[in-house]
Amino acid sequence: MAATPLLEVRGINKSFGPVQVLRDVDFAIYPGEVTALVGDNGAGKSTLVKCIGGIHPIDSGEYYVEGQPVTVHSPRDAAQLGVEIVYQDLALCDNLDIVQNMFLGRERRNGLVLDEITMEQLATNTLASLSVRTVKSVRQLVASLSGGQRQTVAIAKAVLWNSRVVILDEPTAALGVAQTAQVLELVRRLADTGHAVVLISHNMNDVFAVSDRIAALYLGRMAAQVKATDVTHAQVVELITAGRSGDLGLAPTGAETVNGVQS
Amino acid sequence: MSNIVVTSEQPPVDAGQRPPAGLAAYARNYGARVRGGDMGALPALLGLVVLCVGFGIARPVFFSATNFANLFTQGAAVVAIAMGLVFVLLLGEIDLSAGFASGVCGAVLAVLLTEHHLPWYVAVLAALVTGVVIGTIIGLLVAKVGIPSFVVTLAGFLAFQGVLLLLVNNGTNISVTDPTIKAIDSDGQLPPAVSWVLLILTVVAFAAVRLTRRAGRIKRGLVAEPLSVIILRVGALAVIGGVAVYVLNLERSRNPAVVSLRGVPLVVLILAVIAVLWTFVLSRTAYGRHIYAVGGNREAARRAGINVDRIRISVFVIGSTMAAVGGIIAVSRANSVDPNTGGSNVLLYAVGAAVIGGTSLFGGKGRVIDAVLGGALMAVIENGMGLMGVSAGIKYAFTGAVLLLAAGVDALSRRRAAAAGLR
Ligand SMILES: Nc1ncnc2c1ncn2[C@@H]1O[C@H](COP(=O)(O)OP(=O)(O)OP(=O)(O)O)[C@@H](O)[C@H]1O
Ligand SMILES: [Mg+2]
Repeated sequence: MAATPLLEVRGINKSFGPVQVLRDVDFAIYPGEVTALVGDNGAGKSTLVKCIGGIHPIDSGEYYVEGQPVTVHSPRDAAQLGVEIVYQDLALCDNLDIVQNMFLGRERRNGLVLDEITMEQLATNTLASLSVRTVKSVRQLVASLSGGQRQTVAIAKAVLWNSRVVILDEPTAALGVAQTAQVLELVRRLADTGHAVVLISHNMNDVFAVSDRIAALYLGRMAAQVKATDVTHAQVVELITAGRSGDLGLAPTGAETVNGVQS
Repeated sequence: MSNIVVTSEQPPVDAGQRPPAGLAAYARNYGARVRGGDMGALPALLGLVVLCVGFGIARPVFFSATNFANLFTQGAAVVAIAMGLVFVLLLGEIDLSAGFASGVCGAVLAVLLTEHHLPWYVAVLAALVTGVVIGTIIGLLVAKVGIPSFVVTLAGFLAFQGVLLLLVNNGTNISVTDPTIKAIDSDGQLPPAVSWVLLILTVVAFAAVRLTRRAGRIKRGLVAEPLSVIILRVGALAVIGGVAVYVLNLERSRNPAVVSLRGVPLVVLILAVIAVLWTFVLSRTAYGRHIYAVGGNREAARRAGINVDRIRISVFVIGSTMAAVGGIIAVSRANSVDPNTGGSNVLLYAVGAAVIGGTSLFGGKGRVIDAVLGGALMAVIENGMGLMGVSAGIKYAFTGAVLLLAAGVDALSRRRAAAAGLR
């Protein structure tokens, strides 16, 4: 196992107005591994990911890439560090086509003019390398795609950039059986090619099928971050629903009262 | 598609169902798009044909060379304002102040020319800068302070009306006699030979752009526009441009022996250049792409690292600057400025022009050419009803109905698109 995490955050705090959503969260991601991030609805998974991606400014906490402290204030900063996120709501522009969405904000240019040909080729190649076969044309508007196709476009967009860290927020939530299997296979392939991958999912079968580590958030606190081989299905469910399982997880008393007050 | 790296046995994207190339397939595609609610400029084109035929039958003088030239000079100011509004509408915003902003900029022009005797280029620059300043203020209030554009520009609508009144000293009329300004949209004509040369150059350049793009795509193994479609497009441009130049080059003077009046009005050239420029910006630059993105999904654009505030401010700057251009054209046409310059139905015509041309009020969809086509339709309505001699009341009611119709078509096509899974 790699000694230094590729990306690590420590002591992250994040509030929306009076509501503290993240509390002293530590989270580490390693290259070549899939880290599953689990937790109940509203536990703060998406918020944590958005903080890592520079969408939400953090209130306090540290951010390290390869052990070096960095600051991330915007999505651009995160992208420059090689961090790509596929958001739960996908964040695609319906009125643009697949190529335009994949290169949004990072268009290839010839001087002033957009280099459409190169962008179309790269997009086509990336989709092909992910064995996408359901998309008729890369010049199709995203509005006309199915949920699974949109998910694939969003993942392809993240992969396009030679990213080192790829974070997927519930990529399989809206997918059928076949497409879920395809996406999971893709997730595994990303890790095998050296990416540090974070997979957020509510589906324990998916989590155990592909992940090397499991991190469980409970009411905005990191209950535990463990190797997938060291825990059972039932233990993870307990971590998600109660924040602790045996000697794993948050301390019994303190956590309960703190969380009782905050919520 | 030999350059694709395929990592599994599944066929690569679009190899199996590659969209068939060819004229028939193109026509089918277009038909499907229209049925799916994406009608583009179709309503405007149909409206143009119907109204032209109707007015032509009712008043044969409608088709005279003089009236044809009038259509251009009458509609020019509205088209200029509408081109700027397209940018604002692309973000799903609105600029209700564009009409009177054009009046204020026109008044700045007139005051500097007539009362301060400055050279025309200084006055024109000042009018344009006024537009930039107005747009910047509106943009900052919308993007940074967070006031809805509807409210900001409604306030601007009132305030600029007041500023205009102050600039023209409470109702007097400032006349403009500068020959260069008058040439813009009053008495400036291109020599017939020059018009032909420019048209030929335009058609050749258009064909060259399309053909090089096609060659580039084929070379890299991408699906390209069929040659027949390019020929059709180039042909259409040549025929429409040719007829227009021919008619505009006919003698329009009642007394050609005394003074000859023929040639393409200068304002047509000015607007054509501006339209090409903005079309290039919207469709070929990253900035233009980002405007569509912000209009389509602001949050997605923000996450893609696009500076959304800057885009929002910039479209209001473009909107107000084009309003200034419209104001300059209006002053040139009227040879004067009065408290109603840019007022009455100018704004409604401009919004209507953009929307009926196919630009959506909901953001994310629209082109500069929409403003030109829709503006042509508005000019035909205004001109035709003028020839019919209808009362102002009927004219206003009809204009309102047309605007409502355009917005209705926009809303309905959106619903159809949603039903067809296109949105
Ligand atoms: N922009 C926001 N403003 C205010 N509160 C927010 C915002 N975003 C998230 N929250 C709150 O933060 C908490 C955590 O939300 P988050 O979306 O991170 O949960 P999650 O773990 O991703 O849940 P799910 O599994 O349902 O996606 C919720 O209580 C939510 O209401
Ligand atoms: Mg979530």
